[in-house]
Order: sequence, then structure tokens, then C-alpha cells
Amino acid sequence: MRLLVIVGDAARFTGRVFRESVRPPFEFRETLRQLFELGCRSVPLIAASGFAVGIVLSMHTRASLARFGAEALIPAGLAIALVRETGPLTAGLLLSGRIGAGIGAELGAMKVTEQIDALEATAVDSFRFLVVTRVIACVIALPILTSIMNLTGMLGGYVAENTANGMPLGTYFRLAFSSIQFSDLVPATLKTAVFGFIIATVASYLGVNTTRGTEGVGQASTRSVVYSSILLIAANVLLVRLIFFFYPV
Amino acid sequence: MSDSDPPAAVEFSHVTKAFGARRVLDDVSFRIPAGRSVCILGRSGTGKSVTLKHVVGLMAPDSGTVLVEGRQVSRLSARDLSQARQRIGFLFQNAALFDSIRVGENVEFPMRRHTDLPNDEIRSRARRLLAQVGLEHDYDKMPADLSGGMRKRAGLARALALEPAILLADEPSAGLDPITAGEIDALLVELRDRVRTTLLVVTHNIPSARTIGESLIFLHEGRVIAQGTPEELADSDIPIVCRFMASEGGG
Repeated sequence: MRLLVIVGDAARFTGRVFRESVRPPFEFRETLRQLFELGCRSVPLIAASGFAVGIVLSMHTRASLARFGAEALIPAGLAIALVRETGPLTAGLLLSGRIGAGIGAELGAMKVTEQIDALEATAVDSFRFLVVTRVIACVIALPILTSIMNLTGMLGGYVAENTANGMPLGTYFRLAFSSIQFSDLVPATLKTAVFGFIIATVASYLGVNTTRGTEGVGQASTRSVVYSSILLIAANVLLVRLIFFFYPV
Repeated sequence: MSDSDPPAAVEFSHVTKAFGARRVLDDVSFRIPAGRSVCILGRSGTGKSVTLKHVVGLMAPDSGTVLVEGRQVSRLSARDLSQARQRIGFLFQNAALFDSIRVGENVEFPMRRHTDLPNDEIRSRARRLLAQVGLEHDYDKMPADLSGGMRKRAGLARALALEPAILLADEPSAGLDPITAGEIDALLVELRDRVRTTLLVVTHNIPSARTIGESLIFLHEGRVIAQGTPEELADSDIPIVCRFMASEGGG
């Protein structure tokens, strides 16, 4: 019964996010600030992770394709694997950790220290100011950060290939991009906007409903990561199925 | 109410509020005329802070009505509630400063949201307000770098930013040294006498209550058990009120 109440409450919260996101006045300034805090500040993590993933993926791809004498396909294979699935999913999960935990903890702390009440008392709609701005920022930031992960992943792949066989940068990227089609890149990148929505909405919901002081803040932060990661993985299955429906291989 | 009485700034009529099985406010009624100062006294956990939150619409009563400047708070539209809140300053018990922005920006925040004042004017007003509470050198500090008492004073500066018609203060002098507490009391008295701001102050500090409050309301277990001037409450024959009024210690 309690679970049903929570699910109903979360559904209402999500519906409100949709409604308030499209209703003026918009909090442009705060949304930009959140884009910087949540998006720009995530670039080092995403770039470094993408680079490392690219190197590892390239080494694995080489190990597989070399058996068949198909080393020339390594850039294309790696690029497709990155842009279709590895980049979006890895970026989503990494950001559910960084952004989800951050939003859950920040809003949780604001709740228990009455800062959210103070916002309301100052005649500011705390839902629009705190929640909607973060959701919009995440929806915008995730596809951009995923693109950065894809790009740095390819760079990592190039470094691995260059080290292994001295392949020049131009050749590597020509081979990589020649195989990528619209249906590989765009739907997979845009699906991360849904990931962003899930991460920010789940973390915000848990944050603004925090109780029990600092212990509650810790719980909100942890649960934000766990729940948003689970929902993100589940949503990914549905979204991939949807992409295959519209763009059959 | 006689014709000569000023209109009520805040009026509670038979307000009841419960959290689960616990009734925090139980048939609470009182009236605060505009421009008057009232202190709410009572032991911890008797519903004093909850009373303030009803005034600004952060909580709605389970039954009864809360009128602010003649309008029922729980029935206001979002826009009207926003306008009503812009006329109310609220100093929270723990100041509730926004900890991601600097102290000066905290004070500027309400002005940036609700006025068209030029940037320079907002800054100079924020500095003036901080100077009023003795924090003229702390504009650029982060809230985390302030002591509890300094945070409280910064919270008071923020609450005064929009020159509110009604000021709600939840234990404004708690945690302050006697000299600073006296300065805050003097500031509140000045607001009362010079600007005729309606003050609703929650305090445990009896000397502060005597200084600030033209009348006092005593809450006990969610009920108003006594109200009147400080002298009337001091002469009360209700034991808990007598003991409370006789304790001259600070909060």
C-alpha cells in the first residue's frame, strides 16, 4: 500500500515536471546556471571516461578482428559500438552517479535546512526554480555530454590504433565516420535526453522529499543514484527497441 | 473590533493543525492589528514555528482560517500568494540562508526577484541592510563561513530586503551574545516604532519579548492559554505562564 502511495506521488511529481516545463515564465538564468553546474562541470569526467573507454574498446575490437585479418574495420566497428550504445549508456550511468547524487544531496540538504521553505517564503516557486531548471538542464546536457564521450572515445581509439599500427589521425577518423549513419548517431544520442529527464526527476523527487536530517540527505543521494540507474537501464531497453522499430537494421 | 482599531494584519480563527495523531495547533485564535508587535511565547514544541509558517502559507490549517491583511492565505491563487508573500519577511529559526550563494547575494535575492531596481541600487541596499545587522564586512563571505549568530543576522537582513509590511521572526536572538541580541531587539523596535512594521516574533527570551512585544501570546500544547501585555502575562495566575515570565534568562 505504501509503495502504491509513493509511486502515485512520484507519478504526480513527474506530471508536474512536464506541465511546469512548458509553462512561462521560464527561469532562464537559473537554468543556465544549472547547465553550467551539471553540464560543464561534468565534462572532465565524461571526457576522461570516454577516452579510457575508447582505448579499451579499441584493444578488444583489435583482439577480435585481428583473428580474421580485418584490422581495417577497427575504426568503423569502434565508432558504431560507441555511438549506438556504449557512449550513451556509459554517459548515462556515469552522470546518474555524478548528477543524480549531486541533485539528491543538494535538494535534500536544502529541504532539511528549510532553504526550500525560505525560497517559497520569498515568493519564489521552489518547484520551478529548483526542480524544473535542473530537469531542463539535464535534458539539454546529456546529449551534449554523450557526444563529447563519443568523440573522446574515438580519440582514445585512435591513440590505441596509432600505438598499435601507426594509423594516422585523418585516416582513422575517415574510416570511423564513413560507416556511421544518421540512424546510428542521432536517435542514440537523443535518447540520452530521456536519461537526463529520468536522472534529474528521480533525484529531485527524492531530494525535495527528504526527511530525518543529515541521515536523510545521505539516503536521498544514494537512492537517487540507485533508482535513476535502474530506471535508466530499463528505459534504455525500451528506447533501443523503439529505435529499431523506426530504423530497422 | 471597534471602529478605532486598526485593521488586522494577521488573524487566526480556530486554527487546528495536526501531524499524524499529534495535534500541534488546537483551536488557536488571535488577532494582530497592523503596525503592532506581538511575541509568541511557549515551551519548545508547542507550535510556535508552525504558527508562523501558517501566516506565510507554508502550511495550511486542517480547520479554521488564517487571514493575512484580510485575505485567507490557504485560498489564495498562486499569483496572489506570491504577492502576499512579497509583503512578508520571514526570518527562519536557523536563518535558512541559501548556502550556494554569498551572504550579500542572499540579501539581494528577494530584490532581484521582485523589483526592477538597478543593479547598483540593489547592491547598495544589500550592503546597507547588512550594515544594519552588523555584517558590513561579510558581504562576500559564504554562509558556511559565518557563525550561527551571524547567519541569523544575515537572515534578518534578507527578511527585511523588500521592506515588508509584516515581519515574522523565529527566535531572532537565539544563539546571540547579549550585546548582539540587544542590537537585534533595538532594530526590531525601531522597525515597529519608525516604519510601523507588523512584527510577529517567536522567542524564548523573556527580556526580548518585553522589549519587542506590545502584546504577548502564550502557546501551550498547541493552545493559546494566555494573551495580553507583558505586564498582564507577568501577573497571570496560570502557573506555567508565571514560571515562564519569571525566568529572565535568554533563549
